[in-house]
Amino acid sequence: MYSSRKICLPIIAILLACAANLAGAAEPGSFGYGSVATPAQIAGWDIDVRGEDGTGLPPGNGTVDRGAEVYAEQCAACHGTFGEGEGRFPKLVGGVGSLRDERPEPTVGSYWPFAPTLWDYINRAMPMQAPHTLSADDVYALTAYILNLNDLVPHEFVADRNSLPKVKMRNRDNFIWTDPRPDTMTKPCMNDCVNAADVRISSTAEGRNLTPRTTGPLDTMQQK
Amino acid sequence: MGRRRFLGLGAALTGSLAVGGKQAIADPAQESPPADAPWSQSIGAGVVDRPYGRPADTEASVIRRNVPWLTASAESSVSFSPLQDLHGIITPNGLFFERHHAGRPDIDPAQHKLMIHGLVERPLLLTMKDIMRFPSVSRIHFIECPANGGMNWRAAQMNSLQFSHGMVSCAEWTGVKLSTLLEEVGIKKQAKWAMVEGADGAHMNRSLPLDKCLDDCLVVYAQNGEALRPEQGYPLRLVVPGWEGNVNIKWLRRIKLGEKPWHTREETSKYTDLMPDGTSRGFTWLIDAKSVVTFPCPEKPLDGPGLYEIRGLAWTGNGKVKRVDVSMDGGVNWQTARLHEPVLSKALTKFTLPWRWDGRPALVASRVIDENGYVQPTIAQLRAQRGSNSVYHNNSIQTWQVKSDGSVFNVQLA
Ligand code: HEC
Repeated sequence: MYSSRKICLPIIAILLACAANLAGAAEPGSFGYGSVATPAQIAGWDIDVRGEDGTGLPPGNGTVDRGAEVYAEQCAACHGTFGEGEGRFPKLVGGVGSLRDERPEPTVGSYWPFAPTLWDYINRAMPMQAPHTLSADDVYALTAYILNLNDLVPHEFVADRNSLPKVKMRNRDNFIWTDPRPDTMTKPCMNDCVNAADVRISSTAEGRNLTPRTTGPLDTMQQK
Repeated sequence: MGRRRFLGLGAALTGSLAVGGKQAIADPAQESPPADAPWSQSIGAGVVDRPYGRPADTEASVIRRNVPWLTASAESSVSFSPLQDLHGIITPNGLFFERHHAGRPDIDPAQHKLMIHGLVERPLLLTMKDIMRFPSVSRIHFIECPANGGMNWRAAQMNSLQFSHGMVSCAEWTGVKLSTLLEEVGIKKQAKWAMVEGADGAHMNRSLPLDKCLDDCLVVYAQNGEALRPEQGYPLRLVVPGWEGNVNIKWLRRIKLGEKPWHTREETSKYTDLMPDGTSRGFTWLIDAKSVVTFPCPEKPLDGPGLYEIRGLAWTGNGKVKRVDVSMDGGVNWQTARLHEPVLSKALTKFTLPWRWDGRPALVASRVIDENGYVQPTIAQLRAQRGSNSVYHNNSIQTWQVKSDGSVFNVQLA
């Protein structure tokens, strides 16, 4: 009796575990909460575009000239008439050849690897104060205009779902999409790790006057 | 005249009389002990005086702060947690750092929905009520913006703990495992990636490998036991434990499975690391091990020679913190600090070390080693690999210079 229970229990436990596993492998819909999304519902939100090949770009098109008109109305106040950027707002042009400089300037022209990403970003996030309010045609036109400002396409260029994935962006081949870290490796030395005489302060934040105050009301400091 | 009535009267009178009134009240610091302070000889406010509590009025300086000159607008910007005034591994909800790309939307949870579609068997639309019915889990994890410390890549710039390290916070998150939701929709065999997207004006979106989604990602509706704060994604956000803040999509409204990554603007133009040779690293999601001494720090100087407790925080996106060493001499010698329980995976971990300060100048620094044996690098080691233009993922050792008057400065060592 006693010994058979000893054997049986593990077997029952294994069987139970198997049953639980089957339930845990969870057939789709096993909870049954929510509603199946209809094609119309999906279409309403399905705005993403894949940068590399433009999958997801909608029908429609836009010219550089039409883009210039929309840009002047909706974008120039922040990004400057020619994409030079007002104040601290981002530049949309320039910086070509600067990526190895002391002060690189990554922009659509110098840094972005994929043109369809530009359509996607303008469509989802711009203009800043009224995002996702532009028509697909106007987003195509703005994309054409900004690519043209960056000398990436000629003035006659018409942006659409076929032409955008073919635009060769300058920095396309300079991205490494696998993380090479850890890229530093040291042993944690405990004593006499460096010569005390060699310990030297190479930079200090003292007196730089860049740090907002951390007591009292919020600081409003602007850079000198 | 009773003191309370007297005070009331003082407040009602003109400024000059009120000043006179103040002088008439015993200064508690002078008189006590043995005299009672006013709050010991009066009755305090009743319950529900503050139905939702708030910190003491004298803690008014302990707030999130921003660097106004850093960004063009407050809607696409960042605020920093006041780490110098926090004492544990949990960040209070009102002090959790913020990073918005199109401001903080104020969302009606009754109208908020999560759509899961793409390469799935059964695309779903879930309400908040639906989501809250799924089996729930609670986990403690940090979230760090990979640009935390970015302002110190080139040189020591910010003379402050809050502004040099305050883009990290840690909370207990409650919600549903993303794997539970993905099993419920049924993952098609070809699916390898997920696109996650927010309902804010930025429609913030990022690509995530499916393996990570199934490993430990959470779709959460609560933070430290209460509903998410609007700044943290109310009513629903993604938590991607140990990975850079930007992928922890707030105001989460859509998850789409696909075969390939999307290369969105936030993973090409931004959140890529520019190397000195002009190449860039993309998809560098992991937050490597990092630590910082939170006392002393520029905001909390030392008050004369004597015995102190060095305090700090350590964390890693790659599991648990295994050890923290502290140096008082700029890295010549190190001592192992005490780790405080709980030591949780992908969570802030507290460390302390007693220190008798002799009043001489010191260079205080901490160095974390994670459970994989990875050692937190110096800024010089990082620069040797990555130059100083990579903006993100500065997890270098922080050195605080303590001067003989006890004041503390952010410095970097050669
Ligand atoms: C109110 C100011 C404002 C207006 C108007 C505006 N933008 Fe922007 N734009 C921004 C800000 C701020 C950012 C950076 C946002 C961020 O990083 O979160 C940005 C980013 C961009 C970027 C990405 C730059 C990069 O290199 O990553 C593009 C492209 C862009 N805007 C295009 C447009 C277009 C096209 C319009 C007009 C339809 C427009 N913007 C209108 C403020 C504005």
